[in-house]
Amino acid sequence: MTTMPLVPVEAAPPCDSRACVLETRGLTKSFGGLVAVNAVSLRFLERQTHAIIGPNGAGKSTLVNLLTAHLPPSGGRILCRNTDITGLPAHRMTGLGIGRSYQKTNLFPSFTCFENCRLAAQTRLPTSMRFFRPAARYREINRHAEAALDLCGLSARRDRVAGTMSYGEQRQLEIGMVLASGPEILVLDEPLAGMGREESERMVALLRGLAPHFTIILIEHDMDAVFSLAEVLTVMVNGTLLETGPVEQVRASVAVRDAYLGDGAEAY
Amino acid sequence: MTSIPRPVAMLLIALVVLLALFPSCGGLVFPAKHAFLMQKLAGIMILAMMAMSLDLLVGVTGLVSLGHAAFFGLGGYALAILSPEYEAANIWIVLPAALAIVAAAALLVGFLSIRTSGIYFIMVTLAFGQMGYYLFNDSRAAGGSDGLSIMETPAIEIAGRTLLKLADSDSFYYLVLALFVGTYALLRMVLNSPFGQVVRAIGVNENRVRGLGFDPVRYKLAAFTLGCTLAGLAGFLAAAQYGFVNPTMLSWHHSGEALMMVILGGMGTLFGPAIGAFVFELARFGFESTTDHWQLLMGGLVVTIVLVLPRGLAGLLLDLARRGGKQP
Amino acid sequence: MSVWFILIQVLNGIQYGLLLFLVASGLTLIFGLMGIINLAHGSFYMLGAYLAYWLTGATGSFALAIVLAIPLAAVVGLVLEAGLLRTLYRRSHLDQVLLTYGLILIFNEGQRLLWGGDVHSVAIPELLTGSVRLTETLSYPVYRLWVSLVCLALAGAMYLVIQRTRFGMLIRAGACDRDMVAALGIDVKLLFAAVFAAGTVLAAVSGAIAAPLSSVGPGMGDTVLILCFVVVVIGGVGNIKGTFFGALLIGLADTFGKVLIPDLASFMVYAVMAAVLLWKPRGLFA
Repeated sequence: MTTMPLVPVEAAPPCDSRACVLETRGLTKSFGGLVAVNAVSLRFLERQTHAIIGPNGAGKSTLVNLLTAHLPPSGGRILCRNTDITGLPAHRMTGLGIGRSYQKTNLFPSFTCFENCRLAAQTRLPTSMRFFRPAARYREINRHAEAALDLCGLSARRDRVAGTMSYGEQRQLEIGMVLASGPEILVLDEPLAGMGREESERMVALLRGLAPHFTIILIEHDMDAVFSLAEVLTVMVNGTLLETGPVEQVRASVAVRDAYLGDGAEAY
Repeated sequence: MTSIPRPVAMLLIALVVLLALFPSCGGLVFPAKHAFLMQKLAGIMILAMMAMSLDLLVGVTGLVSLGHAAFFGLGGYALAILSPEYEAANIWIVLPAALAIVAAAALLVGFLSIRTSGIYFIMVTLAFGQMGYYLFNDSRAAGGSDGLSIMETPAIEIAGRTLLKLADSDSFYYLVLALFVGTYALLRMVLNSPFGQVVRAIGVNENRVRGLGFDPVRYKLAAFTLGCTLAGLAGFLAAAQYGFVNPTMLSWHHSGEALMMVILGGMGTLFGPAIGAFVFELARFGFESTTDHWQLLMGGLVVTIVLVLPRGLAGLLLDLARRGGKQP
Repeated sequence: MSVWFILIQVLNGIQYGLLLFLVASGLTLIFGLMGIINLAHGSFYMLGAYLAYWLTGATGSFALAIVLAIPLAAVVGLVLEAGLLRTLYRRSHLDQVLLTYGLILIFNEGQRLLWGGDVHSVAIPELLTGSVRLTETLSYPVYRLWVSLVCLALAGAMYLVIQRTRFGMLIRAGACDRDMVAALGIDVKLLFAAVFAAGTVLAAVSGAIAAPLSSVGPGMGDTVLILCFVVVVIGGVGNIKGTFFGALLIGLADTFGKVLIPDLASFMVYAVMAAVLLWKPRGLFA
C-alpha cells in the first residue's frame, strides 16, 4: 500500500476540552500482503459521536475489530483512558467499558429478548461463576436488563424468543445487549445495515437518544444518518485516513468530495 | 432455561412416582422378576445420571465429548481402590474422595482438551478416554482387564451407627433414586444460575459470548469439570451396585452409548437424556433377549434416530405439549 | 540394550507408523475435503484384515487376496458414501459421530455374523517368510520390511497423485476451501465418492497387509481408529504432511513404550498427544 494519509495522523485537533477515552496510535492490520488498516491514529472523546465512513473495503470493519480486540493488530497501539490496552483479549473489553454491536445480527436466537439482555448485564457481576441462586433473582442485573430493553424500545417484546422477531427488532435488541453491559463507549458496526426506511428512522431516533450519554463510534453507510448523528467524521479509504475532523469541515473538504462523497454520495 | 410445559412436567413427575413405588408395588405386577427388575431400574437410573451429566457438556455447552465414560469408570475405580479390603467403606470418606479424584482428572483433561474445539475436541476427548481405559487395563495394580472386586459395599454411618447398607437392595434403590432426582435438580439449578446462562449461550454462539465480555474457556472448563464429576458419581454408584469394576466401564463404546442416550432423549433438555437412558437400555434389553446379534439392531436404531429424530424424544414430547396447549 | 536392539525397535516403530499413516491419511483427507468425521474408518481396517484372512483361505494366495480385497473395499466405500454419508455433509459433527458410531456397531456385528467371534491368523506368504540376520542372536523379519516398503510406495504414490494430478489439485483445493471446489463447476459428488472410496481402500489395504503381523479378531478396528485420531490431532486435520510425521512419531512412541515401560505402554502415545496439545493445540504442522 503506497497511499499516505493526506492529513497528518497527529492532526486530530485539540479543539475540544472533553477527555479522550479511546485512542489509536499508528494502528495497522495486514492480512498476508493486504494492509487492511494502515497506520490509523484517531482520538475518540468522551460523549462524542464519531462516525467513520468510507467505501466498501476501506478497512472500517477491520478497524472496529481491532478497537474491540476481536483481531490482534499487526502494529500500533490502542489506549483506553491513557492505558495501553493493545493485545488484551476480547472478553476484557467489556470490563473497560467498551461495548460493540455487530454488522451481521449476532445474538442468541433461542433466548428471549430479556434473556439476551440479562446475559449481557451479567458482565457487570465480578464473575458469573455463580452456580446456585437463579439468575432471575439477581435484582440488580435484572433491573439493568429491563432498563436496556426499555432504552432500545423492546419492553413490549420482553419474553419473545429473539430468533422469531423481525430483522429490525433484532437489530434493536443488538443495541439493547450492548447497553445492558453498562458500557461508556459504544462501537456500532453498521447498525442500520439492511433496514427499511421506517426501521432506520426508529434506529436513528434511538441512537440520537443515546448520543448525549455515551461515546459512540459509528460505522455507517447511510449518509443521512451519519450527518444527523455525528459530531466528528472520519473518512477512510484503502485502510488509511483520508480526513478527520468536525462533520461540517470534513463535508466541505475538497479531497473528501472528490474521493468519496462526490456525485456518488447518494449511493451510500 | 425455558420452563417445561405443564403436561410434560406432570408426565415426568408421574414417572418418578412410579419409580419410587416400584420396590413396594412392583412385586404385584412382576412377581417373578421383581428383584431383577429393581436391580435393572437402579442400573438404568445410574446411567440416566451419566446421560444428564453428559447433556450439560454436549447439549448445553456444545462440548461433544467422546470420553465421558472414562470419568464414570474413574469414579468406580476410585471406590474400588479406596475401599478397605475386609470391611465396608465409610461413604462419608470414600465418596468425597472419589469425587475429588474425578474432578481433578476432569480439570486436567479439560484444561488440555478445551484448548481445541470442534472436531479436535471430539478426537482429543476420545483419545484421553482411551488413555484412562489403557491406564487401568494395562496396570497390574488395578487388576488389568479383569478389574477389581469390592468385597464389602460401602455403608452410610453417622456417629458410629450404620444407617444404610448399600448392599441392601431396597436401600440402594432408594439412594440411587434420590441421587438421580438430586442430580436433575442440581443441574436444573445450575442451568438457571448466572453460570448456566453463560454456558447455554456458549453452546449457541461462543464468539458472541466472548464479545460480550466472558472468557469462554473458563466457563467451558467449569462445565466440563462439573459434568465429568457427576459422571464420576454415577460410576461410583455403579461400582457399589455390582461390587466390581473393570476397564470396559471406561471404554469409548460406553461413552458412545451415553452420547446415544443424550441424542435419543433430546439434547439440551436434561430430562430428555434421562428418558433416553431408559428407552436405550430397555431397547437393548429387548434386542438382547430376542437375538444374539442385537448390536446390529442397536446400530440400526442409532442410524435411524440420527436420520429421523434429530431433536430426540424430548423434542417430540415438547412439540406435542405445545400443540396440545394451543387447542383449548 | 544393544544398538541392534534399538535399531530393530526403530524399524518396528517406523513400520507401525507407516501403517498408521495409510489409515490416518484417509481419515484426514475425508475430513479435510468433506468435513466428515468418520468413526467407522477403523472398521475398514478390520474389513481389510478379515478380507485378507477369508480370501487367502478361499484362493490359497495372499497376493490374490489383496488384489481381490481392493475392489471389494472400494465397493463398500462407494455404497456407504452414496447410501448414508452423503446425507451427513451438511449436518453437525455430533450427528456424524453418532451415525458413524452406529455404523461401527453394524460392522462389528456383521463381522461376527460372517466370520464369528474367534481370533484368526494369516500366514506370511512363503516368498517373504525369511528374516535378515543382524547379529548372532538378532534378526529382522523380511515381511516387516516388505510392509514398510509397500507403505512407503503407497505414500509416495499418494504424494504424486495429490501434488501432480488434477484430481489431487481438487483435493488440495477442497481441503482449503470446500465451497470453492463446488464453485469450480466440478462434479463434487463424484469427487467426494472417489476420495471416500480411496480412503476406504487405503485403510483396508493396511489392514490386509498387517493381518499376517497381528491376529485378526473382533475389535481390531477400534485400536487403530483411536491411534489414527491421535495421529490426526498431532499432525493437524486435513494436513497430509503432518499426518505422515505424526504417524511416525506415534508408531515410534508406541513401540518404544511397549519395550521400555510395558506397564504403561499405551499411555505413552497419549502422553505425546497431551504434550503436543499443550504446545501446539492445532497440530504440529498447523
